[in-house]
Amino acid sequence: MLDIKTIQAGYERTTVLHGVTVSVPKDGVAAVLGHNGAGKSTLLRAAMGLLKPGSGAVLLDGEDITRLAPHQRVARGMAYVPQGQQSFPHLTTAENLQLVADGRLGVRPRRSGSGRGKESIAEALDLFPALRELSGRRAGLLSGGQRQQLAIARALITRPRLLLLDEPTEGIQPSVVAEIEETILALTRRGGLSVLLVEQHVGFAMRAAQRYYVLEAGRVTSSGEGGTKSEQTVRAALSV
Amino acid sequence: MTVILNQSFTGISIGAVLLLIALGLTLTFGQMGVINMAHGEFIMAGAYTTYVLQKSISSAGVSLLVALPVAFLVAGAMGALLEWLLIRRLYTRPLDTLLVTWGVSLMLQQLARDVFGAPNVQTHAPDLLTGNISLGGGITLANNRLFILGLALLCVLGLTLILRLTPLGRRVRAVVQNRDLAEVSGIATERVDRTTFFIGSGLAGVAGVALTLVGPIGPTMGTNYIVDAFLVVVVGGIGQLKGSVITAFVLGVLQSVLEYSTTVSVAKVAVLVAIVAFLQWRPQGLYTLRTRSLA
Repeated sequence: MLDIKTIQAGYERTTVLHGVTVSVPKDGVAAVLGHNGAGKSTLLRAAMGLLKPGSGAVLLDGEDITRLAPHQRVARGMAYVPQGQQSFPHLTTAENLQLVADGRLGVRPRRSGSGRGKESIAEALDLFPALRELSGRRAGLLSGGQRQQLAIARALITRPRLLLLDEPTEGIQPSVVAEIEETILALTRRGGLSVLLVEQHVGFAMRAAQRYYVLEAGRVTSSGEGGTKSEQTVRAALSV
Repeated sequence: MTVILNQSFTGISIGAVLLLIALGLTLTFGQMGVINMAHGEFIMAGAYTTYVLQKSISSAGVSLLVALPVAFLVAGAMGALLEWLLIRRLYTRPLDTLLVTWGVSLMLQQLARDVFGAPNVQTHAPDLLTGNISLGGGITLANNRLFILGLALLCVLGLTLILRLTPLGRRVRAVVQNRDLAEVSGIATERVDRTTFFIGSGLAGVAGVALTLVGPIGPTMGTNYIVDAFLVVVVGGIGQLKGSVITAFVLGVLQSVLEYSTTVSVAKVAVLVAIVAFLQWRPQGLYTLRTRSLA
């Protein structure tokens, strides 16, 4: 589905990623684990096109998308939930979702029928029913957990084939963490969606993933099959 | 008392002109953070558009009505072109934008001199707008100033509705609030920038049409208003439509009433001192956005 090939990227004068190769299997989950500052978020930013790589390539279903702008990647079926429960704070919850469903000028929701993307909004709200009652409230006034649910719902409006998730449960109250994790697992098991998951929680990542990569100081130091049986290997790799 | 009321009405109409000019700036300066010194020349473009149209359409009323949308398109297209040619390359360098657009402003002024000549030109106001409405007790409202007031309020209403209710408005607000997130949500942010610039510049063109009703048309007419319009946006609170509306009218009335009791220069100084004092007290302007989120 997604192939990131020996990518080199960074900011200003510092290189963060030194030739990282990661691939996401079709309809599967690949997890990227690592300590703070290892380059996990940078890898997702490069994959999404927010960061221009110095060298290397990003392939989506074999198509070279390295030079495409982020919104063009969205049009090709990618979606991205960045770190930190980001939202459009002065737009209401409903507007945050409608904005993406509007299509035109940007991307037209794929396979969308009539009604200005009403179906895809309803679908996303079915995953997070709590958002329904908050539709008139500004996103900036939501709690962290609610904002993260909104962020995931917003990413799903375009009905992506590939979802990039950056630490989806980080900084969220424990009561909501389990709920978000269950939703993500359900999404990946439904089929038709591949996920590149950046996580610090080894347990959850290994439960969700078919493949894992451990990133250390901008390099992949170990990788292998996902699943709970690899959990100890990964914990060992991370504790060094 | 009568005099003060009449002066206040004049002030309100000055405020209406300021508001028309500042509306465009709340978009390009307030929302996008671009200090566009050529904004005044888009006003001039709108005014000359009215002049040219009146030469080909004899009826002053018809030509004025035609001029409003045409001036919007002409000035808007100039703005979009400027954004595409220069400004989009300078979004990360605000001070360079100021210099570049100032240069563009001087070039456009010279272009106007070459095409239309250095002396000011004049349009004829339609008969309907030349008279006065008398409210009794010596209070009179000039028709042309009422028209400008109505036009300004209509533009505020239109812009508010577009920003609040349309997909384009949602996109504009989204890009302002979180550019990267908008881009990764599938919004072509560069195209939104250009559209925003088109609308902001177009509104300056409409302001230019309004100005032909109250004064002569000349190559430097835009520069007379541009500083005041920037002040309106800053005092109102950057990017805040509501703040710009209130500030424009307050500044207009203040200027006009002070002018009557003193002289033009003293009034100008007094208004500037008042603004400086106000910004010392509230540097963020009249209105600001507040939320819990840091993003």
